[in-house]
Amino acid sequence: MNIFWTLVIEMISFGLFIYFFGKVLWKPLMQAMEARRRRISEGLAAAERGQRELEDSVNKAEERMAEARSEAHELLANAQRQASETLERARADARSEGERIVSAAREEVDQAVAQAKDQLRREVGELAVDGAERILKREIDTKAHNDIIDDLVAEIR
Amino acid sequence: MSESVFTQDPTAVEYIQHHLSNLTLGEGFWSVHADTIIISWVLGALLLWLGHVVGKRMTTDAEPSGLQNGIETVVEFVNDQAQSLFPRADPLIGPLALTIFLWVFAMNFMDMLPVDLLPLIAQWIGQNIFGVEAHNVPFRAVPTADLAVPFAMALVVFGLSIVYGVRKKGLGTYLKGFLVHPFGKYLAPFNIVMSLVEEIAKPLSLALRLFGNLFAGELVFMLIALTGFAWYMAPFQAALGWVWTVFHLLIIVIQAFIFMLLSVVYLALATSDDAH
Repeated sequence: MNIFWTLVIEMISFGLFIYFFGKVLWKPLMQAMEARRRRISEGLAAAERGQRELEDSVNKAEERMAEARSEAHELLANAQRQASETLERARADARSEGERIVSAAREEVDQAVAQAKDQLRREVGELAVDGAERILKREIDTKAHNDIIDDLVAEIR
Repeated sequence: MSESVFTQDPTAVEYIQHHLSNLTLGEGFWSVHADTIIISWVLGALLLWLGHVVGKRMTTDAEPSGLQNGIETVVEFVNDQAQSLFPRADPLIGPLALTIFLWVFAMNFMDMLPVDLLPLIAQWIGQNIFGVEAHNVPFRAVPTADLAVPFAMALVVFGLSIVYGVRKKGLGTYLKGFLVHPFGKYLAPFNIVMSLVEEIAKPLSLALRLFGNLFAGELVFMLIALTGFAWYMAPFQAALGWVWTVFHLLIIVIQAFIFMLLSVVYLALATSDDAH
């Protein structure tokens, strides 16, 4: 029972198996595990980046929201001011228009009063002349005495 | 456990002797253990085929499939052990450790098969295909219980440790280590003897540890097989066989692991900075 050649054959086999195990099993598996490790760490990094981006955009959104709110406030204030201005102007217009109408009416009334006074005066003058004619029972030379009547009329006025 | 191959039932001694003989081809110096070589090659090829199948369906997904997951677990375990002992990156140490662990485990696992199964198959083939009388076809199923395999691996590791040592320290420094270690340069002759014994003890203990464990395990299985001399012993035999199978399952894993670990340790020692 001599094991020399069995020993040699097994040593060579061992060497060959080391080579083939390294080629077929060790290298591809190591690469796969390395690739997976890289992918997982990349995924974690991406998740972290996403988290940070999310926070950033939340912050930005809040900022923009605040801006929009202040803008809206400004717009609203402007609109209110404008509305009150318009209202004020309308009120003023209405007041002046009313005043104008009232004064016009007053003028008209004054005119009518003046007219009425004139007419009254003239009628009174005629009545006075009539009365005088009747009193004097004679024809008055209208032409001669017109001046006097006119004076009278003027006096009454 | 009677075997039809014997003209009459073999005695216990005959049975054990028959099971401890290798299927030997050739005569004298040129003889080789065909059973050891065949089984070791078949197992190695089987593992490579398994690796090939996994490699083909390899995925870098977060959840690898069952087989890939199992092999990845083993590879990662071996890699962790190798890297913790071997700080420098080395292209050889990983495949070496993996080969030792898987191959030794597979060869050890042959001990888990029923002790007469493979010999009976071999005898049937010998009788019906090669026309040899069955009694003259011995067969040993466990390659690691053959002295040749543990020593072959231990010698390869030993040779590698010398290569690593010389490459790391240079030939001069490496040889000088034999002269000045461990008692200083004034006791050089004594140092040579001590260092040689120390160096040779490494592969010797490495090989004999594996061989001894597996040889003893195989022998115990044979003894259990011999307890079935009468029908009323069958339950006793089955119980013994079960107990020893469970216990031996532990041993074969541990021995494969120890062989791998010590090989890496020896190579790491050979390349360590301090001259031990």
